[in-house]
Amino acid sequence: MPQSRLTGSRIRERRLALGTRQADLARAVGVSPAYLNLIEHNRRRIGGKLLVDLARELNTEPAQLSEGAGQALVNALRDAAARFENVTPELDRVEEFAGRFSGWSALVATQARRIEDLERVVETLSDRLTHDPHLAASLHEVLSTVTAIRSTAAILAETEDIDPDWQSRFLRNMREEAQRLSSSAEGLVTYLEAGADTREMQVSAVDDLAAYVGEAGYHFPELEKPAVGEGEIGLMLEKAGPLRDKGARDLAHRMLVRYLADARAMPLSAFRTSLANTGEDPARVADGFGVGLDAVLRRMASLPTAEDEPGRGLVVCDGSGTVTLRKPLEGFPLPRFGAACPLWPLYQALARPAQPIARVVEMPGTDPKLFLCRALSVPRPAATFDAPPIHEATMLIEPVEHTSGPVLRVGASCRICPRETCSARREPSILGKQS
Amino acid sequence: MAKQVLLIEDEPNIIEAISFILSRDGWSVSTHANGETAMDAVRRHTPDALVLDVMLPGRSGYEILQDLRADPEMGTLPVLMLTARGQKKDRELADKLGATRFMTKPFSNAEVLTVLREMTGGA
Repeated sequence: MPQSRLTGSRIRERRLALGTRQADLARAVGVSPAYLNLIEHNRRRIGGKLLVDLARELNTEPAQLSEGAGQALVNALRDAAARFENVTPELDRVEEFAGRFSGWSALVATQARRIEDLERVVETLSDRLTHDPHLAASLHEVLSTVTAIRSTAAILAETEDIDPDWQSRFLRNMREEAQRLSSSAEGLVTYLEAGADTREMQVSAVDDLAAYVGEAGYHFPELEKPAVGEGEIGLMLEKAGPLRDKGARDLAHRMLVRYLADARAMPLSAFRTSLANTGEDPARVADGFGVGLDAVLRRMASLPTAEDEPGRGLVVCDGSGTVTLRKPLEGFPLPRFGAACPLWPLYQALARPAQPIARVVEMPGTDPKLFLCRALSVPRPAATFDAPPIHEATMLIEPVEHTSGPVLRVGASCRICPRETCSARREPSILGKQS
Repeated sequence: MAKQVLLIEDEPNIIEAISFILSRDGWSVSTHANGETAMDAVRRHTPDALVLDVMLPGRSGYEILQDLRADPEMGTLPVLMLTARGQKKDRELADKLGATRFMTKPFSNAEVLTVLREMTGGA
């Protein structure tokens, strides 16, 4: 396995952190200080026994030296860089930064994510101020009352020869308006406080759903039991931390009802057997169970995986391309907001309803990764005659080591994709060139 | 002879306060509180100036202004729009529909008097 050209930098960083002299380390692993110096400056590639020896002397794992920071962290940093056009971080050294300063990198990535969340909160609140009819009516009431009080108070204060009858009339009006203002303001505060309790940090219901699915790995053992019913879903949702409001719980409820239907149609052990017998061919599995291919893709994504297994990712989108369900997979970034790469088979499937599409795709990076993506778009059943068809596309994502067939070069989204000459590009990338 | 001003507003205490200060300033003040019948009130009173609230029961001040500007007999009537919403888009809408002046609540009595005088050349 080829070692990253930054292995040397990590060795040097680790040695300096431990306070070990270069000459001492060189002697301990049986090389000359000059040779170790070349390694540390990435001018010599290393592997095998020497890497193992260096890792041992540096009290770390060989993989930590050779692989450095995970691709997810690098992707998160690129995503963070994409958000600020006026700041130009050294993107060509992002992997080096993530590898050498993993803690700081994690902080940058976390902060970028937090900023994104907060921006969405501001957007939501701004939207609420503009469109919430209750809030608009309450504010109008407060302003009208204040206007009456201000105008009446000015008359009382500035009119020296005011008739006593008018004076008492205006004083009565003032008292009435003051009481009205008091109750209006109280109602407004109560309303805003209630809103803050329930919606304070909500980004979106879909985002909450994604967190819930991510936490569970899209596997819900409670719904895998033979005799379980929909009543179980209510109990599960009561304990679901990431679902912060009714909208998110409704989305999760809909998702779990479908999960339960899939589980009933394809019980876990029978499904595993079918997968094994068909060489993991979703079409034959669907045929065997008499279910739709999209249900099999979802079911495959729901299979629990051991810690050392790569697992499977899942993305579902509606006809507009908006992602409505996502189960993340290491190495295949799924944008939280905004549009993803239009080349994803998910979107190709939307253009060809009912036609299953399987493509091996390559995600860019210093160590490009291959994934088998199988997608299908199907119309949802219409509730009325002549209703416009509502399509939903489902894509299962599985990592693959190699392929002898064609490879489709995709990305996460244009902003952080280095494929500058891509024909599907809709906006410039902030990264360097890569075909 | 005192100039006529028609105040179309549905808040009783604002009506009372504005009526009082305008009367003291020499205006002859009429009032109306319903948006739906506002155009009839304008035709009936034939005022020299109109003070028109945006949020009215029945019809909004913007709709009334639109009809007013399309009316051959009353199309040039000076109109002061009053609103609790002072956003740019509200002001732009008032301008587009032909409001003579635009004022956001809460306003001062002196402001109302000054603007009305400017709009009509005095009480």
